[in-house]
Amino acid sequence: MMIFVLRRCGTMVLTMLVVSLLLFLLLEISPGNVATKVLGPYSSEEQRNLWLEAHGYFDPIYERYFRWLGNFVIGDFGDSIRFKVPVGEVLWPRLANTGILALATLGVVVPVSLILGVLAGMREGSTLDRTISVSSIVTTSVPEFASAVLLSAVFVFLLDILPGTSGMSEGFDLKQLILPVMVLAVYDFGYVTRMTRASMAEVMLTHYIRTAVLKGLPYKTVIARHALRNALITPFTVIMLQINWLLSGVIVVEYYFAYKGFGALLLEASLNSDIFVIEACAMVAVFVAVATQTIADVGYTYLNPRIRFS
Amino acid sequence: MSEQTIEIPRRESSILLAFKSLALLRESAVGMVGLAIILFWVLVAIFADLLAPFPPNATIMPLVMPGTEAPDGGMFLLGTDHIGRDILSRIMHGARQVLIYGPLATVCAYSVGIPMGLAAGYVGGLTDEILSFVANVILSFPVLVLYVIIIATIGASAVNIVVAVTFASAPGIMRIVRGLVLDLRSREYVFAAQTRGEPPWRIMAVEILPNARGPLIVDACLRLGYVIITIGVLGFLGLGLPPPDPDWGGMINETRQMAMAFPHMALFPCLAISSLVLGFNLLADGLREVSLRD
Repeated sequence: MMIFVLRRCGTMVLTMLVVSLLLFLLLEISPGNVATKVLGPYSSEEQRNLWLEAHGYFDPIYERYFRWLGNFVIGDFGDSIRFKVPVGEVLWPRLANTGILALATLGVVVPVSLILGVLAGMREGSTLDRTISVSSIVTTSVPEFASAVLLSAVFVFLLDILPGTSGMSEGFDLKQLILPVMVLAVYDFGYVTRMTRASMAEVMLTHYIRTAVLKGLPYKTVIARHALRNALITPFTVIMLQINWLLSGVIVVEYYFAYKGFGALLLEASLNSDIFVIEACAMVAVFVAVATQTIADVGYTYLNPRIRFS
Repeated sequence: MSEQTIEIPRRESSILLAFKSLALLRESAVGMVGLAIILFWVLVAIFADLLAPFPPNATIMPLVMPGTEAPDGGMFLLGTDHIGRDILSRIMHGARQVLIYGPLATVCAYSVGIPMGLAAGYVGGLTDEILSFVANVILSFPVLVLYVIIIATIGASAVNIVVAVTFASAPGIMRIVRGLVLDLRSREYVFAAQTRGEPPWRIMAVEILPNARGPLIVDACLRLGYVIITIGVLGFLGLGLPPPDPDWGGMINETRQMAMAFPHMALFPCLAISSLVLGFNLLADGLREVSLRD
């Protein structure tokens, strides 16, 4: 168990190294652009070269990479080219904002999709099952940008009850959070619902459920005491992986609603070749990916004692 | 016995099987609806030149609501956009772009992912370790972020979109194929082929791959839907196909600021892309339902 977690940590460090190196190389393909983006299209060749030299761009790439790596390890992420402040100053508030968005989304998605999934899987093939299954396919088929446009058209343009942007310029406003969460939840709940339904349907076919039904237990008891416990193991893993999905899934939503979050930051950094911001964001992304995966795997073994680490 | 005589019946049976599964699909109403939606868009894409009432890039009359008459007699059924291009015509021509680059990117991703998965699953050992690590590295990176960085770095063009989608989707396909191969490689017909002394590549391509096709076809349908969403997202973020060509995601991006006053401009491309993705998802669901039945 401990060994498993430690091995995962090792994998995480190795993955971080490879990803950060790849990013450095990838961004190296277009070095001249950085200076142009910072100084503007009307800067002279000389100005650009001066800027590049001042920021150490003429050093060999391995030197720059190891300098960054050395600083990163001791917690210095470098300075953002675009925001002209240390990366941490922009990164952490943005990450917190996305955390709020993700938590609110999960708060909607998890109960809704678990209830719908269990209801659908309880009686496979029933009208209720078909309705839930088809509507979850339909909602998953609508891309986030499309549902953002559709929902804004209804709630902002037609009904005029919700704000169309979520910049939060005057402090935190719950109203501005509703539309982004709605868009994310609509796109995401279908998948979790379908996984829950499949898991529930499988459990309903097992011998122990048949035994419980045949020995005359009330249907409610069969579901609540026998079926649910086993049916909710798979959705747990799926939900953990949704956290990772949300980190990149929010890009579109944050861009559309001008929400100041992690996804919007990463998009802006990528478009501006803001190398240290990209690297820091990527490291956060890898960390979240490996961490959620590990929690999912460890949690899985706790929930399902039949599986043990080998 | 020559190899020819072995291969001919095999090929027939696979064609027959394909027809059988298509016939089976008729039993799944959901799958048939999906197939109908896809066929509709394929026909629209093929006959876009004949069906579209106006040239897709012609600027005729800006900011016109749906159903307005055009100056030269025609009708703007879905209105025009901010610089006066007919939205219906652009959606029809946009279908062409989506239905060329979506499948193309998916096929490219599969032609990279399948060999990787076969090698990892069948050869195993160090090959598996290395390939799995590479896949994990790419997969631990949020997919959309990967697209954005690749496209923002190497520039936005049709080829680069295909490259980015291939790069980001191949590891997922590799994992699926690897899992299927691990299950199939201990089957008797694989042992038989090994005993016959067939080379590994032949066992992978002729014995294992055809038997793994069921789940892969379902996955391909789902993935095609995702790829279409991705191409749409890239267009929406301004990283899609270069401007004048009609691209559904790009159309939404260009007109969303005006969505408050002219909601039709962004609304119809949204419906177009959603319906096409829905078609592929329904088809995948139908195929899965049918394949589980027997």
